Amino acid sequence: MSILSEAKAKAILDKVIAFSTADETSAQLTGGRRGNVRFARNDISTSGLVEDIDLGVQVAFGKRVGIATINQFDDASLERVVRRAEELARLAPENPEFMPAVAKQTYRASDTFSAATAALTAEMRAKIAQDSIQPCRNQNLVAAGFLEDGHTFMAHANSNGNFGYQVSTEADYTCTVRTEDGTGSGWVASNVRDISNFDASDDVQIAMRKAAASSSARALEPGKYTVILEPAAASGLISFMMNFFGARQADEGRSFLSKQGGGNKIGDQIMDPQVNIYTDPWNDTVPVLPWDGEGLPRERVDIIKEGKVANLEYSRYWAEKQGKPQTAGWGNTIMEGGTRSTAELIASTERGVLVTRTWYIRMVDPQTVLLTGLTRDGTFYIEDGQLKYPIKNFRFNESPVIMLNNIDELGRSVRVEGGNIMVPPMKLRDFTFTSLSDAV
Amino acid sequence: MDRRHFLAFSSFVTGAALTPAFFGKAIAQSQLQDAIDVAVKKRLADAALTAATTAGASYCDVRVGRYLRQFVITRERNVENIVNTESTGTGVRVIADGSWGFAATNELTEDAVAAAARQATAIAKANAKIQTSPVQLAPTPGKGEVSWRTPIQKNAMEVPIADKVDLLMGVNDAALAAGASFVNSMLFLVNEQKYFASTDGSYIDQDVHRIWAPLTVTAIDQSTGKFRSRDGLSAPMGLGWEYMDGKPEHKFVAPNGLTTYGMSYDMKEDAIAAAEDAQAKLKAPSVEPGKYDLVLDPNHLGLTIHESIGHPLELDRVLGYEANYAGTSFASIEKRNENFQYGSEIVNVFADKTQVGSLGAVGYDDEGVKTKKWDLIKNGTLVDFQTIRDQAHIVGKDESDGCCYADSWSSVQFQRMPNVSLTPSKTPLSVEQMIAGVDKGIYISGRGSFSIDQQRYNAQFGGTVFYEIKNGKLGPMIEDVAYQMRTPEFWGACSAICDESDYRMFGSFFDGKGQPGQVSSVSHGSSTSRFDGINVINTARSLG
Repeated sequence: MSILSEAKAKAILDKVIAFSTADETSAQLTGGRRGNVRFARNDISTSGLVEDIDLGVQVAFGKRVGIATINQFDDASLERVVRRAEELARLAPENPEFMPAVAKQTYRASDTFSAATAALTAEMRAKIAQDSIQPCRNQNLVAAGFLEDGHTFMAHANSNGNFGYQVSTEADYTCTVRTEDGTGSGWVASNVRDISNFDASDDVQIAMRKAAASSSARALEPGKYTVILEPAAASGLISFMMNFFGARQADEGRSFLSKQGGGNKIGDQIMDPQVNIYTDPWNDTVPVLPWDGEGLPRERVDIIKEGKVANLEYSRYWAEKQGKPQTAGWGNTIMEGGTRSTAELIASTERGVLVTRTWYIRMVDPQTVLLTGLTRDGTFYIEDGQLKYPIKNFRFNESPVIMLNNIDELGRSVRVEGGNIMVPPMKLRDFTFTSLSDAV
Repeated sequence: MDRRHFLAFSSFVTGAALTPAFFGKAIAQSQLQDAIDVAVKKRLADAALTAATTAGASYCDVRVGRYLRQFVITRERNVENIVNTESTGTGVRVIADGSWGFAATNELTEDAVAAAARQATAIAKANAKIQTSPVQLAPTPGKGEVSWRTPIQKNAMEVPIADKVDLLMGVNDAALAAGASFVNSMLFLVNEQKYFASTDGSYIDQDVHRIWAPLTVTAIDQSTGKFRSRDGLSAPMGLGWEYMDGKPEHKFVAPNGLTTYGMSYDMKEDAIAAAEDAQAKLKAPSVEPGKYDLVLDPNHLGLTIHESIGHPLELDRVLGYEANYAGTSFASIEKRNENFQYGSEIVNVFADKTQVGSLGAVGYDDEGVKTKKWDLIKNGTLVDFQTIRDQAHIVGKDESDGCCYADSWSSVQFQRMPNVSLTPSKTPLSVEQMIAGVDKGIYISGRGSFSIDQQRYNAQFGGTVFYEIKNGKLGPMIEDVAYQMRTPEFWGACSAICDESDYRMFGSFFDGKGQPGQVSSVSHGSSTSRFDGINVINTARSLG
């Protein structure tokens, strides 16, 4: 069994720490089962199951650190992995940025587990594939998709007496449906903690409708358009931007959050006042582990508050150097929205472009977080509150910072890809499309 | 995966204890030189083959893999991380009732691999119930007991850590002395010890080595708030530690002094140049958008080849197997049958899994097929794709091209890109002569921002350094350059290719594909090439 109980995990970690002769020791156990099924051309193509548990041990002599891992848990193996980490630590150069292990912490558990997801079997995965494929076969459409589910645990402890244990589940489903002649393509994605909240037969209908409706797309001139980005499309840009909220990069002058002349932009208005972004490990929709990679307890932290930079993410080293409190690394991103659905945003739009999905997003200029990428799998022209006709895909060159200054309306925020981000659908002015793509 | 993810990985293991499963278990330096006995691997493989066939599999292959990686990550005067990882285990793939099944175990016992084989067979049978067309494998002869090794001169895993740290600290010191505000330098070393066995009668033992030494130098002007980075101009290679020798005969010097590298790399020299270039970029004028003739250095052009030729000619994409993630391809089988004009007549592109020094070179692929070289585009015409055993029959081939690869024992092998390269001109042509013929152009080297659509039509590429070409002369550095292209028009605009003396390889160390995602490494050789009348945009923006 690849899930260890809390008592069993603690017993292993306690032994590891007892074996160590180093100045300090931290250890972490992670493991579980990950299953998947992949389908394409209306048939299952691959499927698999991987079970594994790993024990990682980090020891330090002064500022010299060694890391070793093993996946056997008898006493001899546990002692061997500790000695190996000690050997590496003695060989390592001193790390001037070394931070000692965290003190004993108290964690408030987050609700990351679902029994239904943990009970998924190969037959159930095959059925999800079949529920996606069969309706497509019936309507001469072609499905390609992927389901991956995980039932995992994590336990960690250190020589200061700190300990944490939690079990998580997740299932991630995506399906692309294309017309047989390749002129139309639609897509749907669902990321859930609890598989009983998911029904492939329902979801695939969305992709099927978009595939059928998107064939014979017309070409529009590239330029600036009012767009409605569906949550998955918006998340592509927002999640990319969230990688660049590090305080150190900003303080060092190499981030869009660096201030001319020195320092960072905490407190500065950089986006429309409708923008509120925060992180919260206990959020009902996107819960994450209540500790970060170093064992600091996560908390709810405002990142953007009414368009102003509220906080940046500090490593423990950088926080100490800058005289800031040591706070945990962020585990999720929640962008607040309004109350209306994507359909309601469309209904109130005179002219605009609906974007299902954004694709192949890359940084063009870190100075302005200018990103480029493309629309994909369902791009439509909106007129008088209706989807009027499908349009060819566009390449965009747009900065999410500029985009979040051009908000007409934010809809209701939902969980999207990866399971650790909530993003609303958004209606934006002057979104920059720079060229047309013939890709379907 | 790209380097950004690697940096995230680096900060992860700095703080937390555990490396992600892909990178495997952290181990001691001395263990990087070990290998599992071939007789042990054969016993494990035979146990799996027997279990699978007994359980009803009509075909089975077994991969006993030991994947070693070493990362040395530095910034300025600090070593941020040294990580040695090992991932060892066995993956078993079977065909039963006409469907594929796969299971993997990290336990190196005959019982464990036999159990994985039975589990893979059970998964295949579960899938077969909804499968409409059975898997067809192109035949490949059993190879018996054979072995292959990357022809390295010095195993980088055997070089002491202290020497690697000294090298990178010297590189960083040189960049800082040359005016860098910040410098990151790294070494990524990979050794794949792969044992493949199949019911076809193959027992193939391979020892594959790769090396990458990336660096990034950043310059900051605090008074304007501007910052610019310049990456190193090396290429990841399928070589040993000899790549770090920086031999003069492996340098390629452009008419303006810009130096790039072939079969070995002078990292310190490049770091100094990077520091100077990063500072120059802060002051360089912004490009005037419009049509330009582009002169593309191989260290840049390799990525364009990768994205606009390598990926669209992957047969699994063409057929729709990647439709849900990476996408499909504009280059259909019908286009191949109709002699589709992919580029101008001087464009000849070949695939090659045997090229010495390349990232993709192996003796046999991960389903036991001997590797080879073949044409993809001939005189501008699309002639072929990249196949594996269960695809060959679809394009009328009676054998696989040997393009099957898995990034771990625990990953299912599937079709991955071989080295895909542009044939140099047979007529002598130097970079200097090429530039002399350009009235209004831009010379680009190094990889930058890159993005392409899901059928590989519309692409946008940046670069590392850009120089204006005016009236046949290389001018000053310019900034904010990106070019936009539509694949067939772009290759149709290829008007000149330099000769073989300018030929060198670009590499992609972490090319991502598949669900669950897997990485692979691949090289792209070319000589400097010219493309006429390409649309260039200006990427500068203001956040107000």
